Amino acid sequence: MQTALAYLIAGWSGFFVMAVELLGGRLLAPTFGSSIYVWGAIITVFMLALSLGYLAGGRYSMNAPSVRRLGAILAIAALTVVPLLLFAEPMLDALSVAVPDPRFGSLLSALTLFFVPTFFSGMVSPYAVRLLVQDRRNSGRHAGQLYFVSTFGSAAGTLLTSFYLVLLLEVNQILLGLLLISTVIGVAAWFVHAPRNENEQ
Amino acid sequence: MSRSLLLISLLLCLLGAAHAALAQQRLVHSERSLYREVLVYENGDVRCMCFTRNCRVGRQSCIDTRHPDKIVMRYPQMMLGALFVNPAPQSVLIVGLGGGTLPRALRQILPNARIDVVEIDPAVVRVAHRYFDFAESDRTHVIESDGRVYVKRAQRSGQHYDLIMLDAFDHEYIPEHLLTQEFLLEVKSLLTPQGVLAANTFSSSRLYEHESVTYAAAFGKFFNLKRDNRVIITRLGALPDDAQLRATARQFAQPFDTFGFDAAEILPLFTQERDWDPRARVLTDQYSPANLLNLER
Repeated sequence: MQTALAYLIAGWSGFFVMAVELLGGRLLAPTFGSSIYVWGAIITVFMLALSLGYLAGGRYSMNAPSVRRLGAILAIAALTVVPLLLFAEPMLDALSVAVPDPRFGSLLSALTLFFVPTFFSGMVSPYAVRLLVQDRRNSGRHAGQLYFVSTFGSAAGTLLTSFYLVLLLEVNQILLGLLLISTVIGVAAWFVHAPRNENEQ
Repeated sequence: MSRSLLLISLLLCLLGAAHAALAQQRLVHSERSLYREVLVYENGDVRCMCFTRNCRVGRQSCIDTRHPDKIVMRYPQMMLGALFVNPAPQSVLIVGLGGGTLPRALRQILPNARIDVVEIDPAVVRVAHRYFDFAESDRTHVIESDGRVYVKRAQRSGQHYDLIMLDAFDHEYIPEHLLTQEFLLEVKSLLTPQGVLAANTFSSSRLYEHESVTYAAAFGKFFNLKRDNRVIITRLGALPDDAQLRATARQFAQPFDTFGFDAAEILPLFTQERDWDPRARVLTDQYSPANLLNLER
């Protein structure tokens, strides 16, 4: 159960990040256009936030790791999307006035809107590795399986969002759906007790 | 057996025809930009700008090299029909330069008007200058920018235009943020009280319905001109009636004649008939899958 949840959280987090990234392009387009540099700004911010999130997640896993806390990270990542739902448009308008150059304007906007949720999403994978790995011999296998699940989730999130979801739903409806699923998974993890990890130190 | 032979010979014929068509087209220039490859082909006296090899997906803009005043393609002729609704605009905004057919024609008809052209791709601007007889002047300006970014900026600085032409679409790719209700309302806010909007859009695919309800949501009634392409022409307030259109169209018989087409041919295209499904979903910044909708016939 623990193991399954850790994989589920990592896979869903992968889905979540890529869906938000694609919708990020949608949110920025009315203000900054959809040129290659707008996408460049978005991808840069996502990569930067993920990389720092990995560092932080690894560090955080040193201290009493549990599936509970992993679920909490997922839920926090989702909740930091809420300001985006509520204030994206006025924020983008204000930022585009402050920084009229569309390259740096979109970079600053992506940083403001997407850095925090992506940072928390980045924490998920290394933290999940800590929960899954029990011995050195199996560590590579577990890490490999985790990368698989998380990157496969990303692929699914990219495809479903860009091929189908945008045809069915509004951007904010999709974001809200993602947020709710993350919260449900996070809450589920909170109520699953973790005897195994308490014994380990 | 005889059927497969027939098929094969048919295929060979098709290949031959395709080869012949390609052979007539000569690549004159190509350059890569941030957005695409800009290609210039010549076929006899006709020189065209294309964004795909051998102009596979339509031509962006064409010029007759012997008679550069002639308007070769049909949709710019329809776009100029906007003048029947407002015959003497003093300020014009064109979104999408292409080969510059529209600004060149408008410059001839309206020697004193200010013409601002917004083009996202600097390579298109260079090619228009070099191969399509386009020139900037103190009254014709090109702004290298995304259309929507420029419209928002113009809105903030309180600019207005008597005529706005949207020509930023391609058969292959639609900038989706330029086909939403919010964008059209921003454009609308740039129009002077007597200002006119003309938009070159799509006539086929499922997108037609969505595009129609989106324009209706932003502008109410509009003229829907259809011939190969679809051109939407509208303005603030009530549209002119047939008699008014006919009267102003007469003014343009002579200039349009120098462009090589007949104003009287454009006039009957002005219809307000609503031939789309009014229940289609309006395109907004939140819901703008224009390219996906354009895939569905």
